[in-house]
Amino acid sequence: MKYVTEYRDAALVKNVIEEIRRTVTRPWTLMEICGGQTHAIVRHGIDQLLPPEIELVHGPGCPVCVTPLELIDKALAIASQPNVIFCSYGDMLRVPGSGRDLFSVKAQGGDVRVVYSPLDAVALAEKNPDKQVVFFAIGFETTAPPNVMSVIHAQRLGLKNYSVLVSHVRVPPAMKAILGSPHNRVQGFLLAGHVNAVMGYHEYPPLLEEFQIPMVVTGFEPLDIVQGILTTVQLLEAGKIEIGNAYSRAVTFEGLKPAQDAIHKVFMECDRTWRGIGEIPMSGWCLRPEFDEFNAEKRFNVGDIHTKESSLCIAGQILQGLKKPHDCPAFGKECTTENPLGATMVSSEGACAAYYKYGR
Amino acid sequence: MCLGIPGKIVERFEKNGLQMARVDIGGISREACLDYVPEAQVGEYCIIHVGFAISVLSESEAMETLDLLRQIGAIEEELGVEQD
Amino acid sequence: MTDETINIEGAVCAPPLTHNEQIVMGHGAGGRMSHQLIQKAFMSAFDNPALRAGDDAARVESNLHSNLAISTDAHVVFPLFFPGGDIGKLAVCGTVNDVAMLGAKPLYLTAGFILEEGLPMETLKQVVASMKAAADEAGVQIVAGDTKVVQRGKADGLYITTAGVGVVREGVSISGANAKAGDAVILSGSIGDHGIAVLAARGELGFQSSLQSDVAPLNHLIDAMMNASNNVHVLRDPTRGGLATTLNEIANQSNVGIMLNEETLPVHPEVAAACEMLGFDPLYVANEGKLVTMVAREDAEKVLAAMRATKYGEAAVIIGEVTAEPRGRVLLKTELGSTRIVDMLAGEMLPRIC
Repeated sequence: MKYVTEYRDAALVKNVIEEIRRTVTRPWTLMEICGGQTHAIVRHGIDQLLPPEIELVHGPGCPVCVTPLELIDKALAIASQPNVIFCSYGDMLRVPGSGRDLFSVKAQGGDVRVVYSPLDAVALAEKNPDKQVVFFAIGFETTAPPNVMSVIHAQRLGLKNYSVLVSHVRVPPAMKAILGSPHNRVQGFLLAGHVNAVMGYHEYPPLLEEFQIPMVVTGFEPLDIVQGILTTVQLLEAGKIEIGNAYSRAVTFEGLKPAQDAIHKVFMECDRTWRGIGEIPMSGWCLRPEFDEFNAEKRFNVGDIHTKESSLCIAGQILQGLKKPHDCPAFGKECTTENPLGATMVSSEGACAAYYKYGR
Repeated sequence: MCLGIPGKIVERFEKNGLQMARVDIGGISREACLDYVPEAQVGEYCIIHVGFAISVLSESEAMETLDLLRQIGAIEEELGVEQD
Repeated sequence: MTDETINIEGAVCAPPLTHNEQIVMGHGAGGRMSHQLIQKAFMSAFDNPALRAGDDAARVESNLHSNLAISTDAHVVFPLFFPGGDIGKLAVCGTVNDVAMLGAKPLYLTAGFILEEGLPMETLKQVVASMKAAADEAGVQIVAGDTKVVQRGKADGLYITTAGVGVVREGVSISGANAKAGDAVILSGSIGDHGIAVLAARGELGFQSSLQSDVAPLNHLIDAMMNASNNVHVLRDPTRGGLATTLNEIANQSNVGIMLNEETLPVHPEVAAACEMLGFDPLYVANEGKLVTMVAREDAEKVLAAMRATKYGEAAVIIGEVTAEPRGRVLLKTELGSTRIVDMLAGEMLPRIC
């Protein structure tokens, strides 16, 4: 496949890893904050091939993992209602809410459907005018333009039976929270390439300024990942505090202006709770009041659902890169992919499941 | 949050007010929305994420990067075994 | 929680969900949830030696000279017709294959039909014709059956259950429990074709493909393999749950390890593309016309040659080997030279956005 196969060339990947080995003179801790990158690293065993001086730590990069429990419970409540077609991206179906998940709701008769694209949910609304179609709009910045377009498109079509349950999260505030923590040990950041494809990387100079660590826009194929790591290590070894772009075929500094415009038209920044971490101020996106009619939280009576997380899982510390999944006493015992104790196990690329699936 | 795959635009059309394309992803065919990359041309490759094009891939950047990476190993070979 | 730093101590999670109280879709996915259901709901209740062997067909004694192999399947595929096949062909081939995987010659099938009120007669006719064609190709007869009609809305058009019986070849002992360290692992052809072809045909995920299901009867291929060697230890067809799940089952049954070589895994480019797009791994996608075998190393080339000379085995390839350790584990050597674990499918395979 063009633009894929070239970036899996084993010889090239090995050469770059050799160059990393030649460049590195002391230990460095790098974080990547994209579930897709975590998945790729563990699937191809890239962390095994890197020199021991490089430690890769996984950040809270999966929107499935970090969706707050309260929102899951609201989703379950809405999906359980008769006359609702509840549409969602696939992975969300396994996320445990308080006592049940979307699979349970489906088994009890809820009309829960997996969609590939949010436009498929809008199409369902068009085809089923007597039903309420609700779309679970989760994601980081990458998925915001598609989710937002579903609202714009539904509005354009004059649909009265379409709404979205929004749980968007943003990378820069998360990075700020992680890097600003007194326990932080991250020295270099691999930025999430497709987040940057949409947003560019013009939001990152203030972070660079504040935290003085190099950041490199990184892609997803093995060659992209090791190139991102090499660039970061080169900057670290040279003592340079810069933003690099190791995914230049897909990412520009400005990003995608039409997408950013659409996001700002429909969404506004708001506080967001990250499951396992807590509230990070202004780290989320919510629907602007002008779009209240598409806001599922307003359309359905779920305002009095307030849930708190409960004990045992250290998912939060894994999500913040402070611990590896192996450090958790429950890992592989009480907590497995079939009995997920916490969100990180549930998503097929939450840090735990990636390790459980590939590295155990 | 980033499962995006390169797809080649084989046809552009409008549907319900949206700019759409038929894209070829390694032999698989699907529709994708081009509203965020309005300038994308037939024959170009885009990153497709949940049915939307979120980037037009730059062939020149790709070539330049691959060339650079290919040189890494080549230079070391030419110079022989370096310091360890 | 201060407003300067977030609270990073005391992370909390939700209680686990085990789905013990009701059936959910994951129980039918062919992975770990399916296995657990079978253990808890059926095995413990019906318990007997034939069941405990854990193969896809049961080997039972009779007062005849040879052992019998018996298998049963239920078929609920939707849509009923898909590129490369239909529910009828699937039903016949599925049971023929399960019986044949025990090293048995499949002889007779039964077929039960659950028909939904409103099903066009023409549809039924086409499915039945397809079953006859598949039975003829396999050389089996459908000798008994049953028919029930259920009310509209209750059977997705048509469900079929089949049972099959065959005679185990004399002196042959083929089972998932017989893999030996050093055995070669041979795969008869590309993985994931059926699963992706059906997914495309269902249309819910909005993509089109030229892929055809690989549904096929494999008993003649197995005959050719067994004529080439007496040292075929294991035969299995990887269906729901994919090759990964099947290999894990065998590794557990035989208490051995399996090491796969990623470079050798045959994947059709469109299967690879669809999996990349959806976030699937071809190792977990269903097949309906492929088999995996473990053969004594010294006979590997002979068996491979025999497969390549036979219909449905033309693309056969050695994909790895059986190891003594780690027991019950399937590992994969990646194209980059690293090693990773290949686990069983857990529950339902879901498209990712990450």
